[in-house]
Amino acid sequence: MSSTTDAFTGRAQISARTLRTDRWWLPPLLTFAGLTAWVVYATVRAFLQENYYVAEYNYLTPFYSPCVSVGCLEEAAHFGRFLPDVWWLPYAALTLPFLLLFRLTCYYYRKAYYRSFWLAPPACAVAEPHKRYTGETRFPLLGQNLHRYFFYAAVLISVINTYDTVLAFTAGVGLGSIILLINIVLLWAYTISCHSCRSIVGGRINNFSKHPARYKSWQFVSRLNTKHMQLAWYTLGTLAFTDFYIMAVSAGWISDLRIVG
Amino acid sequence: MTHDQHFRVWRGDDEKGELVDYPVEVNEGEVVLDIIHRLQATQAQDMAVRWNCKAGKCGSCSMEINGRPRLACMTRMSTFTEDEVITVTPLRTFPVIRDLVTDVSFNYTKAREIPSFVPPPGVAPGEYRMEQVDVERSQEFRKCIECFLCQNVCHVVRDHEENKEAFAGPRFLMRIAELDMHPLDAGDRQKEAQDEHGLGMCNITKCCTEVCPEHIKITDNALIPLKERVVDRKYDPLVWLGSKIFKRGDARSGA
Repeated sequence: MSSTTDAFTGRAQISARTLRTDRWWLPPLLTFAGLTAWVVYATVRAFLQENYYVAEYNYLTPFYSPCVSVGCLEEAAHFGRFLPDVWWLPYAALTLPFLLLFRLTCYYYRKAYYRSFWLAPPACAVAEPHKRYTGETRFPLLGQNLHRYFFYAAVLISVINTYDTVLAFTAGVGLGSIILLINIVLLWAYTISCHSCRSIVGGRINNFSKHPARYKSWQFVSRLNTKHMQLAWYTLGTLAFTDFYIMAVSAGWISDLRIVG
Repeated sequence: MTHDQHFRVWRGDDEKGELVDYPVEVNEGEVVLDIIHRLQATQAQDMAVRWNCKAGKCGSCSMEINGRPRLACMTRMSTFTEDEVITVTPLRTFPVIRDLVTDVSFNYTKAREIPSFVPPPGVAPGEYRMEQVDVERSQEFRKCIECFLCQNVCHVVRDHEENKEAFAGPRFLMRIAELDMHPLDAGDRQKEAQDEHGLGMCNITKCCTEVCPEHIKITDNALIPLKERVVDRKYDPLVWLGSKIFKRGDARSGA
């Protein structure tokens, strides 16, 4: 199956798929479990079509922002209501596909799911199970090269999420608005730390000395970029937590802890 | 502080081989290469091993220790427990010559396929001027000691011998990135990286970065930036549209 264990290539004849003695299987297993759990939660919430808005405090969950379905509550729809209200279409169907594609083509998530879902490879120096490998040279994986366009879309969507957060603060300060604030700060950090952003702001030029502002921007994004993996996970956590908190307040399971107003 | 350790070392050639057990003395402060040398001195005088500097700078003693590609001279025995069995094999991506020595000529072939620095037109040798800020990014790549651990661990060729012809491997894609980022290089690197040297085969799973003994961020600082530069040239519809509308040539990024 793998050239690592095939003798005909002239390599050392070792039949073991790997001789690693550490728990190399644990990180891909945890990644698989974490991503699967998040996707299941997000899918259920995106199609639930209820408990997404707290009118009293202007809390709109990021999973429903912008709410553009005819089925949206009028006060939650800040950008009009024009998508048909059908069960199979999430209320934020205008933006969710772009966010999904932004994360799907993200250089960190690619590493994560190539390793944990596709096992190519499951871990370093552990033979993969596939007979052939062409990487990202042909359709559909060639489409990973479109990452920068989903990055542009993600920036626009982050602006909308920022607007939602500002609206929440116009109704006072509560635990919900602080959660929204933490979420949006981390969302911006994740979005800006993107490898495509790093290339666009300055990485693509060769003469930094002639572009001092771009060089500064590149340095800033490069520093953030070293934390891209952590930010990818933090934002999955804050997105789910923010959504769950707003759902809990909206459904009346808990009441928002108010600080001001 | 001395103790006995159980070593298993792969012995053989390109036709056959096996893991051979050796009980061996280990002293405080030693590295795996010291133990291999002790085996040569005491129990296995004909054991073949390639080594040179014993300082992690020549890149000769690359091998796989408990399944992980490492430099034997930089792998401290103190990182193992005393009752641990330590398995040492040759690099598993390259043809074996004997015991722990492999034929790494694949890498030299790939190195020759990368066109060297192309001098800028109109600038005579001796007139090259570059600012530190413009070259320091690629200086990270110059730390490479050519141990070929990254080439060995990359699953594109490790698991798929048939890809060796089309894929240059992380070390040489990093070389292309270094030249592409060079402020004076006039070569056209980006399309070539994708079409001739298999950049698209890299799925950025970062094993090259994980094993690099010089801690070069191969994936984040070389391969991904190179992929993004290729996107500029080959997959950016806006750039393509602009070149059609304004009849631009194949202007290289980075001017």
